[in-house]
Amino acid sequence: MAMTMTQKILAVAAGLEEVKPGQLIEAELDLVLGNDITAPVAIKEFEKIGADKVFDRERVAIVLDHFTPNKDIKSAEHSKLCRDFAKRLGIKHFYDVGRMGVEHCLIPELGLAAPGDVIIGADSHTCTYGALGAFSTGTGSTDMACAMASGRAWFKVPAAVRFTLTGAPQRYVGGKDVILNIIGKIGVDGALYKSMEFAGPGVAALTMADRFTIANMAVEAGAKNGIFPVDERTLEYTRAHVSRERGFKVYEADSGAPYEGEHTIDLSLLRPTVAFPHLPENARVVDELDETVNIDQAVIGSCTNGRIEDLRIAAEILKGRQVAARTIILPGTQATWLEAVREGLAEVFVNAGAVFSTPTCGPCLGGYMGILAAGERAVSTTNRNFVGRMGHTESEVYLAGPAVAAASAVLGRIASPEELL
Amino acid sequence: MDAKGKVFKYGNNVDTDVIIPARYLNSSDPGDLAAHCMEDIDPEFVRRAARGDIIVAERNFGCGSSREHAPMAIKAAGISCVIARTFARIFYRNAINIGLPILECDEAARIRQGDEVMVRFSSGEITNLTRGEVYQAQAYPEFMRRIIAAGGLVNQVREEMAHS
Repeated sequence: MAMTMTQKILAVAAGLEEVKPGQLIEAELDLVLGNDITAPVAIKEFEKIGADKVFDRERVAIVLDHFTPNKDIKSAEHSKLCRDFAKRLGIKHFYDVGRMGVEHCLIPELGLAAPGDVIIGADSHTCTYGALGAFSTGTGSTDMACAMASGRAWFKVPAAVRFTLTGAPQRYVGGKDVILNIIGKIGVDGALYKSMEFAGPGVAALTMADRFTIANMAVEAGAKNGIFPVDERTLEYTRAHVSRERGFKVYEADSGAPYEGEHTIDLSLLRPTVAFPHLPENARVVDELDETVNIDQAVIGSCTNGRIEDLRIAAEILKGRQVAARTIILPGTQATWLEAVREGLAEVFVNAGAVFSTPTCGPCLGGYMGILAAGERAVSTTNRNFVGRMGHTESEVYLAGPAVAAASAVLGRIASPEELL
Repeated sequence: MDAKGKVFKYGNNVDTDVIIPARYLNSSDPGDLAAHCMEDIDPEFVRRAARGDIIVAERNFGCGSSREHAPMAIKAAGISCVIARTFARIFYRNAINIGLPILECDEAARIRQGDEVMVRFSSGEITNLTRGEVYQAQAYPEFMRRIIAAGGLVNQVREEMAHS
């Protein structure tokens, strides 16, 4: 029977010839991931199981990124719990302040995710690594605890929806515009329990950063995972980042693989896009808005758009201009931070009146570093605009890519970067 | 094993940020989390919910974050069961893993705020005592029943380890 890319990866990880949608399987894991919010719960559960060691000290990663550098005493206690656990059990990939970054920017950068891998993370945006042609999905802390002990997890094999991409995006249209358009089309539960498999000649026109952004938000359509085919660009990225001895394996979907839905997206027709409150599916084309949306804050960063490519776009627009709204720029990792300094981007940001921060998830989930008051509005390159997501329940978040966010920061209202050309 | 209680009814896409806002995730204590359960969608919930009460919602309940704190908060608030037309997948998995019974049932949309509802987990039968209606959800497969009965996956794994 013909299988999708996801099904082929899961079949091999489960030691089976073939799998079909709905089948319950148990798969071997290449990486188990957690952060400073989810790992503490997992560690407590891990101890309840009575386990005294992890299945593989090199295949567990804990990244302290959400409330770090710690914002208060309780979050400091959580970080300490993770730190002590990592030390006691000899977790090799433990990333604390100074080495940590936003986990889904950091893990690929460190080469801890590779094509063909099976990865679970106690963070919903773990689906990001599908950009590399891996099967990667978010779970909770209990799954993380059991997986840290056993190196395995059970899965229901997902059916798939295929998104065939054609054409190439226009200037100032990037991965975020692509995924917001897709979610706008299919809705926040449009791919519930399924794989979103990307295909077609348009994939070649997308940078790795674009692909990470798109796969990252698959969960925002309810998907179990999003996955891209492995091409020359993926291999180039993998060769530059992955150095492990066991190598990696490239899978491709069988011709005739079953898809429960098919969509074709011509990338050349997409326009800069924004998702209105309070769901990512409320996607609208920026230059077709029939209302003025004034903003108080712009946030540029996160696991969705915190890569150097995103910062370069923001800097291109902010260069020589002044922001009209509070602007917080958060590079995804320390390496990205350093690169932004080297390239002069940090200087552009500060000269424009923006804040250039250490990496943190902080404002994305209303943790700290940019909380909104009642009645305030933010444009943000993050991934969720739910009620109260960035602060007060009467605040609003408008999701966009870095080009729209930067242009909006300059103009003080939701705006297309083309207005500044 | 059954559940019986009064219903708190919500709509589509109840996300994990309104179930337990991230500003409270600096704690992982179930009691702390329960004190803020549903706060951003229903500030009266914690005051009004009694032990055994039931949450009913429409589509995509629990969408968003993977935070297990969301089903933990609901369970610790004394809720005996969540019924929805559909659940977001991570929430579904987390709820089962921590031993919070949840049922998918399309007809559950007919249940209204304040109805008295009884659930039989062995059969998946949902009885609306207020309206005299019966709805059928899928019964749990055996392995899920064992997890719920043990109070969660970790307890079940530990029990199995003790017996092996």
